[in-house]
Amino acid sequence: MLADLAISTVKALVVLMTVLSLSAALLWVERKGSALIQDRIGANRANIFGGLLPFNLGLVNTLVADPIKMFTKEDVVPVSADKVLHFLAPCLAVFPVIVTFAAIPLGDVLVIGDRTINLQVADLNVGILYVLAMSSLGVYGVVLAGWASNSRWALLGGIRGSAQMISYEIAMGLALIGAVMAFGTLDLQAIARAQGETIAGVIPAWGILYQPLAFLIFLIAGIAETKRVPFDLPEGESELTSGFFTEYSGSKQAAFMLGDFAEIIVVSGLATTLFLGAWQVPFLARDGWHFPGGISLAMPHLAVVVLQLVSFVVKVLILSSFQILVRWSLPRYRYDQLMNLGWKSLLPLALLNVMVTGTIIVLLGRS
Amino acid sequence: MGTVAFALLAFLVLASALTVVLHPNPVKSALALVLTLFLLAVTFVLLEAHMIAALQVLVYAGAIMVLFLFVIMLLNLQTEDPEAGGPARTGLRVAAWVGGVALAAQLVRLALGRGAVAPAPTSPGFGGAEAVARSLYTDFLFPFELTSLLLLVAVIGAVILAQRRVR
Repeated sequence: MLADLAISTVKALVVLMTVLSLSAALLWVERKGSALIQDRIGANRANIFGGLLPFNLGLVNTLVADPIKMFTKEDVVPVSADKVLHFLAPCLAVFPVIVTFAAIPLGDVLVIGDRTINLQVADLNVGILYVLAMSSLGVYGVVLAGWASNSRWALLGGIRGSAQMISYEIAMGLALIGAVMAFGTLDLQAIARAQGETIAGVIPAWGILYQPLAFLIFLIAGIAETKRVPFDLPEGESELTSGFFTEYSGSKQAAFMLGDFAEIIVVSGLATTLFLGAWQVPFLARDGWHFPGGISLAMPHLAVVVLQLVSFVVKVLILSSFQILVRWSLPRYRYDQLMNLGWKSLLPLALLNVMVTGTIIVLLGRS
Repeated sequence: MGTVAFALLAFLVLASALTVVLHPNPVKSALALVLTLFLLAVTFVLLEAHMIAALQVLVYAGAIMVLFLFVIMLLNLQTEDPEAGGPARTGLRVAAWVGGVALAAQLVRLALGRGAVAPAPTSPGFGGAEAVARSLYTDFLFPFELTSLLLLVAVIGAVILAQRRVR
C-alpha cells in the first residue's frame, strides 16, 4: 500500500519533471531555432561558459538569465481588473495542460523484483476521453485572462481564442475517433502496445500507416489549439498588442508561456502515442530485438526500458520542433480563413475519415 | 474512505451550486457552474462511472459552459441588482419556491428511509467505454437515435435563426 503510494508519487513527479524540462528544451529551440530560420544570431547575452565553445549556444541566456529576469519583474495587476480571476487565469492556463500528461504512457512496464510498474501515471480505460476533457478545460485560462483584465485588447483576444479553440476541438476529436476505431480501444497504453506489432513482419504497425489523414488533421488542429502561428489570432500582436495576456507581466506572463510550451508537448505526445508508435522502438520487444528474418538479440530489461523512454522523448522533441518550424515559417491566417479551414475543410475531412475507416473495418469483417 | 470522500465532495458540490445561484456577477456564476459540473464528474469517478465522468467534463464543463461564458462576455452583462424585478421575475420566484419545496420534501422522504431504491448490481467493466456503448447501442438504441434527431432539429433551427439575423 505504502509502496504503491510512493511509486505513484514518483511517477507523477517524473512526468511533471519531464514536461517541465521538455518545455525548457523547447524554449531554447524556439529562441535559437527561430534565429537559425531567420538568419539571425539570436540569444547571445550572458555567455558565461562561452570560452569553452567556438560558438555561442545561448543556453545560459535562454534557460537561466531570461527566466530569472521574468520571475523577478514587477507583477502589475490593472486597477480595474478582477483581482481573483486575473490571478486564476494563468493557473488555469497551465494546470489542465500538465495533468493531461497523466494519461500518456512514457514507456512499457518496468519490472523491479516481483513488482511490475506501468510507466504511465493513470492507466485509464477512457484515456483519450480524459485527455480531450482536460485539454477542453484549457480554454478557460484564455477566456478568463481576456475577461478579467478588463481591457479591450485582452477581451478581443480572449473571445477569439475561445471561438478558435472550440472550433478546432471538434476536428481534433473526430480525427482521434478515426484512430480509436482503427485500434478498437480508448486506452492509450493498449494503443501503444498495439503499435509494437508489424505489418507483414517488416513494417512497424504505427498508427500513421492506418490513419494518415487523421494524423494530418490532428496535427493541424493541435497547432490551432496551441494558438500559435499560423493560428495566433488570439495573440495577434499586430492588432491586439498581445491579445489575451496583454495585461500580464512577470511570472504570470511566464506561466502563460509555460502553458504554451506544455501544450505543444502534449499535442506532440498525443500524436506520438496515437500515430508514431508511442514509446515503441521498431523490432524491440520486452526481451530484446527481433529483426525480420528471424534474427534475435537479447537485451537486459533496464536497457529496453531506457531505450523506450528515449524513443518517446525523441519522437516528442521532433514533433515539437516541427511545430516550432511551422511557427517561424508561415504567415498568420485571416480570421475568416481560420474559421473556413476549421469548419469547412478539417471537419468534413475528419468525418470522411471516420466513414471510410468504418467502412473498411466492416468490409474486413473485424469486430 | 469512500464515505469521507463523498461527504467532502457533496459539500463542495453544494457550495459551488449555491454560488451559481447566489453570486450577483454572471461571469462568476457561470464559473461556479463549471466547478459544479467538474466536481460532479469527480463524483461519477467515485461511482466507477469513468466514461460518464470524462464526457461530463468534455461536453458540459469544457464545451457548453465555454459557450455560456462566451455569450455572457459578448453581451457584457453587468452585476445584477437582486432587488430588481418585474412580473416575469415574480413568476420565476414562485416557480423556484414551489420546485425547491417539492425537492426538499422528496429529500426528507428519502432521508427518512421511505421510497429509497437499492442500487442496481454492477457488472464487471461497469462504467467503462464498452459497457456504456453496449447498452447505448442495444437496449437504448431507439431513445439514443431519437435524441440525435432532436439535436439535428436544434442545429437546423439554430442555422435558420442565425440566417434571419444576417438579412
